[in-house]
Amino acid sequence: MITLFDSFLVRAAFAGTGVAVAAAPLGCFVIWRRMAYFGDATAHASILGVALALGFQVPIFAGVLIIALLMATAVSGLSGRGFAMDTLLGVLAHSSLAFGLVAVSFLQGIRIDLMAYLFGDILAVSRIDLAVIWGGASLVLLMLWARWSALLTATLSPDLAYAAGINPKREQLVLTIALALVVAVAIKVVGVLLISALLLVPAAAARPFAATPERMAAIAAGIGALSALAGLQLSFVLDTPTGPTIVCVAAVLFALTNLGGIIYRQMVTAAESPR
Amino acid sequence: MQLISLQDLSVSYGGNTVLSHVTVGISPGEIVTIVGPNGSGKSTLLRSVIGAQLPSQGKVIRSPGLRIGYVPQKLHIDPTLPMTVRRFLSLPDKVSNQQAREALEQAGAGQLSSRQMVDLSGGQFQRVLLARALLCKPQLLILDEATQGLDQPGSAAFYQQIEILRQTLGCAILMVSHELHVVMAASDRVICLNGHICCEGEPEHVASAPEYRALFGSGTQGALALYRHEHNHSHDHSCGHDHGKELAGSHSPHVTQEARG
Repeated sequence: MITLFDSFLVRAAFAGTGVAVAAAPLGCFVIWRRMAYFGDATAHASILGVALALGFQVPIFAGVLIIALLMATAVSGLSGRGFAMDTLLGVLAHSSLAFGLVAVSFLQGIRIDLMAYLFGDILAVSRIDLAVIWGGASLVLLMLWARWSALLTATLSPDLAYAAGINPKREQLVLTIALALVVAVAIKVVGVLLISALLLVPAAAARPFAATPERMAAIAAGIGALSALAGLQLSFVLDTPTGPTIVCVAAVLFALTNLGGIIYRQMVTAAESPR
Repeated sequence: MQLISLQDLSVSYGGNTVLSHVTVGISPGEIVTIVGPNGSGKSTLLRSVIGAQLPSQGKVIRSPGLRIGYVPQKLHIDPTLPMTVRRFLSLPDKVSNQQAREALEQAGAGQLSSRQMVDLSGGQFQRVLLARALLCKPQLLILDEATQGLDQPGSAAFYQQIEILRQTLGCAILMVSHELHVVMAASDRVICLNGHICCEGEPEHVASAPEYRALFGSGTQGALALYRHEHNHSHDHSCGHDHGKELAGSHSPHVTQEARG
């Protein structure tokens, strides 16, 4: 039977947009709550999950999900306990990456393409991968949608949340789980080193055009999807690695929207000020 | 039935006792003000009331279904988070345009609906926070130094608004304030806090209590207690408890205050 998903390019396009559409709204929270390094630490730790999954012969997705969950929980548990958070996260992010790489080298008899896990291998996405990616992405979007109002309130101020009967720690846990899920599904698409970029860059690119948090999340999802499709196309034409090309497109969009925002604001100010 | 009562509440952070053996109740419709020097546990007390701070000892009893409107001391909104005033009012529960407009008008912030939160002035921001607190039709409105950072006319106008609200809505108000003239004019009851309750009662009673004067009167050459005449500066222990023991440091509270003054 011939289906749409026979073409590796179509599968790649669906995988890329699936991850981008889930990562972008979550990325908004990562930006608003200033947890950029938090995403880095979780993503980098997942290479250790790859090593463990290969070693114990369980699916990569499961290994990565478990390690990402552990890392994200550890980091969110440590936050707010008076540690110097940026230092601690920097240490955790890079040391977990290093331990992961060392662990991978211990695996004997298994030939693995390390580059595929570091930078992604979107062109090799199988139908099962695609199902996992869309399943995970839908779950993340569903979690964000269901808890949206509580998440926003807790992000604005934990005390306002408490006064309204919302437990900000539970909302933090929701974000932690969502982040681990995104990392686990994104590793195939952009690899551990660039997952944070997929979270942050579209959200940051959406900021100048957004008046409300909802609009920022929606625009970010659009920019993420556009980056994925345009990046895939470009990498095909230019014969460049796909994951990094997707991130390059997103970065160019970020530069354009923010430049556009600055020019627009100056024009508005100039129009308002009397001559 | 009291709206909320704190019973023998103690709170400590990592070995530091911030509040010890505090017992307070708020009845419907009354205005209670907490005064006390910096670090005396005022904000901790309010955070215990809203449930953001768990007591290390004692308990907090809320009347069932109690609706609390909370106006925090300050709220930092990250500039990366776009948020119009209108959207902010619908957090966490969606409100209709009609409700939003009414709340903004009640708080004296009528025209701000479409503005971005980060673009508001200090006074406008506090009024929007107040409008948001009013939306849940609170039985208890909590204000934590809500006029911090406002100039004198700004804070006077803000408290006039509060007074109007109390008359129209009939909610109880629990507030922390540094502005003692406001406290004296507007409160039914004043609690003088310094890690423990030094004294409490009607404004007149508290103002003449030696514990109060030890904290606010002589140490600052009367600057803080403008509306009270100077008495001698003694701190007798007529209220029957040890004022030094509960504090983390070894200094007694008024001595600490004197050093700052």
